[in-house]
Order: sequence, then structure tokens, then C-alpha cells
Amino acid sequence: MVESPDTDWTDVRLHVVTGKGGTGKTTVAAALALALAAGGRKVLLVEVEGRQGIAQIFDLPPLPYEERKVAVAPSGGDVYALAVDPEEAMLEYIEMFYGMRRAGRALTKMGIVDFATTVAPGFRDVLVTGKTTEAVRRRGKNGRRIYDAVVLDAPPTGRIARFLNVTQEVAGLAKVGPIKNHSELVNGVVKSRETAVHLVTLLEEMPVQETLDGIGELRSAGLPTGCIFINMVRDSLLPQAALDTAVKARFDPGELVLGLKAAGVADGAQAVAMAEALAEEVAEHAHRTELERAERESLAGAGLKSYDLPLLADGVDLAGLYELAESIRTQGAA
Amino acid sequence: MKKPARLDIDAILDDSGTRIVVCCGAGGVGKTTTAAALGLRAAERGRCVVVLTVDPARRLAQSMGLTELDNTPRLVSSPEGGGQLFAMMLDMKRTFDEIIEAHADPARARQILSNPFYQSLSSSFSGTQEYMAMEKLGQLRRSDEWDLIIVDTPPSRSALDFLDAPERLGRFLDGRVIRLLTAPAKAGGRNAFRLLNAGFGLVAGAMTKLLGAQVIKDLQTFVSALDAVFGGFRQRADMTYKLLQAPGTAFLVVAAPERDAMREASYFVERLAEERMPLAGLVVNRVHVAPASKLSAARSAAAAEDLDSRGEHELTAAVLRLHAGRMQLMAREGREQEHFTSAHPTVPVVRVRAMSEDVHDLTGLRQIGDLLASA
Repeated sequence: MVESPDTDWTDVRLHVVTGKGGTGKTTVAAALALALAAGGRKVLLVEVEGRQGIAQIFDLPPLPYEERKVAVAPSGGDVYALAVDPEEAMLEYIEMFYGMRRAGRALTKMGIVDFATTVAPGFRDVLVTGKTTEAVRRRGKNGRRIYDAVVLDAPPTGRIARFLNVTQEVAGLAKVGPIKNHSELVNGVVKSRETAVHLVTLLEEMPVQETLDGIGELRSAGLPTGCIFINMVRDSLLPQAALDTAVKARFDPGELVLGLKAAGVADGAQAVAMAEALAEEVAEHAHRTELERAERESLAGAGLKSYDLPLLADGVDLAGLYELAESIRTQGAA
Repeated sequence: MKKPARLDIDAILDDSGTRIVVCCGAGGVGKTTTAAALGLRAAERGRCVVVLTVDPARRLAQSMGLTELDNTPRLVSSPEGGGQLFAMMLDMKRTFDEIIEAHADPARARQILSNPFYQSLSSSFSGTQEYMAMEKLGQLRRSDEWDLIIVDTPPSRSALDFLDAPERLGRFLDGRVIRLLTAPAKAGGRNAFRLLNAGFGLVAGAMTKLLGAQVIKDLQTFVSALDAVFGGFRQRADMTYKLLQAPGTAFLVVAAPERDAMREASYFVERLAEERMPLAGLVVNRVHVAPASKLSAARSAAAAEDLDSRGEHELTAAVLRLHAGRMQLMAREGREQEHFTSAHPTVPVVRVRAMSEDVHDLTGLRQIGDLLASA
């Protein structure tokens, strides 16, 4: 293990990443894992929804229920990944705590595990969060933690408070007994200072609203909020003065006509028509920039630290993932 | 590129034979907005429409005058021409309770409704929302009060959950687990698993150890109480399933021109075909357009570079770069759509251009409706 670098989240060992569908939650979780691993650390990236999103992002065949190395971080450091399957987690749990391997298999074969986790999703959540927190707590022979950090690609914002608030969820179902005890163990990790729940959003109305609602829910459940990752941020290419005039519909295409002619792109009437069409694009861009600014202000009201992640021009591929990880690191988030 | 046929939205909405439109697709692609816009358009073209929605974004709900989950269709608008638009938000727990109340005698219903497992199942089972949306759809259809029902499917983990949920729930309610759990209760023994064979004994011991005796007891009470309503459950699910396959139903797959959403759309189209559900076409929302599309990305970027190197016309150079970025985005969006069409050449498609703002009112919905019909 390497000394923890001085970052905004140095004390955090469990990074839970949530976000509304379509905001790039899995991508950000993967990039964060890469960033945290940079410089020779060992990080586990966990997925719980059975979508095999991690495998897709790292361009790998579907991941089995096993911790396996998926990437090497910049300047050394390893990212391991695990796709948690509730059934497998149940078997492991039964074996680990009760030494009942055969009974566990029988339970699965008869569909009882499936049944129990389906009629009571709280059970399912306890199993997957249980597996995740176990990885956070796990220590090697030297007494040190096996993983420097664990990143959980969690369910979407709408479900996150419920998902993490496992003791609450199983309280009505199991007032005493092993499930209850297990959920309290999980709870101890999830609500500690070692955990932070990060929210991924875009600068659009619905994701921002959902992020703010999610932060409210996390807070009232006593869950530790982390930061906001503002994803797919576009570079502001135009000078503010140009944007201001464009927003007021006073952008003058005359300057563009001259520029287009100078660049040899168009001439005469063609240059005028093209300048007008481009001016329309500028107006749209300016309008959107205004809206984004308003969304940014709403987010600021939540009082959490936020980091911008750039929009990747070529979509998300491996190179893009490293680019995002770099951006996370230079901003001090990892 | 092979051009897909254009999806004729008005032909679907105007056909009095169309009684149900199901909007499905990945989360975050604008399904609810599409459903609401279709509803308004159909009402303005003279139909009596109800839009059934699951958890819409706050402002969209407000745009239709919905303020709470109340499980009752509310009148949104009665445009000239005799059409009407109603909208309702699904209350899944209420819907589930109603099924129980309809199928069990009052004493048994009370027993089920107060059981902790029922409460967990009815408020958080990941398929409950999907199942209840389909159940509500069946109820609305049978009431025959509206001549067109538009439903948007819940934002599930997988967009297909609403097709699978009734089956999945049914499997649990019929399966061997139920028999295991109900047998001892029926036999009236205190030792829950006494009458079962050794294999079951092993399992029973393990379950008691793992879950605790109280949990097992609650689970048993729940399952045996629910036993009485299983038949009704199955039957209702089957009816709704057949309704979805009927000729009066039109499925619209909704997507955005991004890889994940289009992949989900492809998967959906294949799945609907397997289930023999009638697919009307694909709606691609949030497609970017460029007024100056004659100027290519490459040419625009080169011109910007040229101006930069000469240190002239900074503003024009910036605008050209902005344009190049937009053209690149459009090219990528175009490729995603081409992939879809080459895999599913017969599926009609309509594109709706990206709007700079979310929809907040009926005017916005009407505008989306126009785009859906004219594209």
C-alpha cells in the first residue's frame, strides 16, 4: 500500500456513485476508480445491477462473480472489478458465516434465494451492500486493508437512499436475527466517515432536479454525501461578450461574413447565407449556455463540492476514460 | 445509408382502431414527454385520451396539471373539436391494494395488507411498478371510458421489465417455494417443516438459521394468505398480456441518438417481435441539427485553424469551431441511427430535434407533437 495522496476525499474508502439514468454514472464510477488507483494504489470497482456496464466500458467479456483486474492506472496502480450477483453473494454469506455450503446450494436450487430477495428487495440490497462493505473492511495478513478504496457503481439517484439505508429497509422484515445483525454491520460502514455518496449530473433541468432531491433524501436518511460530478461539460468556445449579444438576439453576422470570406470558405451571397445560419447556431449555443449557468447555480445551493468532467468528443472509449480520470485527479477529487 | 420509412404519427393517432399506445425505451430518453405530447395531439385531433404515467418529472407533471399520485385520471384539457385529454399518475401501492381487496374476502385482505412482506413487495419489489402499470392499463381499457390510452413504461433497470414482471411475480406465486412455505401452515403443525422430507428439512433448518424464526413465520402467513388470490393474479396478468398483443395496440420504442439508448431500442424491437407485440416504430428524440449543415466539420475546423494561424477574425474562428463540434456530434448521432436501421430496416422512424429547454406547459407539448408528426 502507498501513502494516501492529499486529495479532497483522502479519508474516504467507499465511494458510492449514483446519478440519474443517462448521466454517465457507470463511466464516472470507472474513471473515479482509475483516478483513485493512480500512483500504485489498489482499487475495487463494484457493480450491483447486473447490467455488465463495467465490462462494456473496459471492453471486456462479461465479468464473473469474482474480483478480477480490469485496468492499470496511470503511473502504476490496479483497478479490480466485481459484478455482484445477489444469489452468489447469499451463498458466500451463508458459507462464510454459517459454514453451510450444502444448505446454501439447496436453497438456491429450490429458488428460495431468488424468492426471498425478490419479495423483499431489502434482503437483496443487504446482500450486495454487504459484499461491498466486506471488501472495504477486508484486511490482508499484514493487517492492512486489501483495497485502498472501493468504488460502488450504485443504483440510480431515485433509489439510492433506500438502497443504502439497509437497516431501515429490513427493519420491518427482520426485527431480530442474523439478517438484522448483518444489516447493522453494513450500516456501520455505510454511515461512517469512510463513505461518501457522489452524485453524477448533467447541466440539464431534470438531472439537476433529481440530484437535489437525492441529496435531500440522503441527508434526511443520515447518509454521508460526497461531491457532485457535473458530467459532459462542453467547453465554452465563444467569448462571453459574443454570447451575451447572441442571447439578446443581437448577434451581428456581418463580422462572420468577413471572416468566412477571409478564410476562403464562402463568397458573396453564399457567405451571407452561411453567416446567418451560423449566427443561428451561435444563438442556440448562447441560450443553452444561459440555461446551464442557471442549473449550475441551483446545484451550488446544495452546498457540496463539485467537479466538472468534459464532454468526450468521440464518445466514451478507453482513452476517454483515462482522460476523465486525469481530469478527476487534476481537480483534486482523487 | 439506407433510409428508414417515416413513422406516420398522425395516422396512428387518427385511426379509431388504435386504442392503446405504449411508449417504451431506456431511461432518460424523454418517454414521458413523448407520451404526453402524443396525448395532447390526439385530443386536439378529436380523440378522448388518457395518458397513464409513472413518476414523471415534476415540471412535466405540472404542465399537465398533475400534482400528486392519486390514481384517478384528471381532465387536463378539452380542446375544440370534441376531444379530451386526461392524465393520471400511477400509485402502485394503491393499485396493488385494490387487487387484493377485489380478490380476497375482507378478513384475508386485512391480513395480507398488514403483513410486512406484503408491504415490502407492494412498495419496493422492482417489478411491482411495471406490473401495476400494466394492471392499471388493463383496468382503464376495460372501463372503456376513453377511446385512446397512452402509457409510458416505468424507468426500470431494463426497459423490458414491464413485460417480464407479471410472469416473474406469477412464477413466485405458483412455485415450489410457495408449496414449501404453505404446506406446514396448512397442516397446522407448529414445527413448520415437520412433514417434509430430509432435503426440505436441511433447507428449512438453514432458512430458520439465516432468516430467524419470526421472518419465516411472517413469510408463511403472507404466502398462505396470498394463496387465495393467486388465481386472480394470473388471470389478470394473462388478460393484460393479450391486450398488448391485440391489433388495437401500438408500441412506440423511444430512444435518443446515443449508443446505450439505441442499443436498448434494438433489443426492445427484437423482444417485441418475439412476444408478437405490435411495433409501430421508433421515435428518436433529441436529434441535433445544424442550420449551416452544408459546411462540413472538416472544412469548418480547417478554416478555423487557418484564421487562427493568421491571427485574424477570432470570433469567426470560434464560431467555426463551435460549428465543427456540432457537425461531429451530428455525425455520431447519424451513425448510431444507421446501426439501428441496418439491423432493423423495416422499422419506421421519426426524429425529433433537440430542444434547448425542457417542456413546461401545454404549448411545449404541442410543439413536440408537431415535431413528431411533421418530421
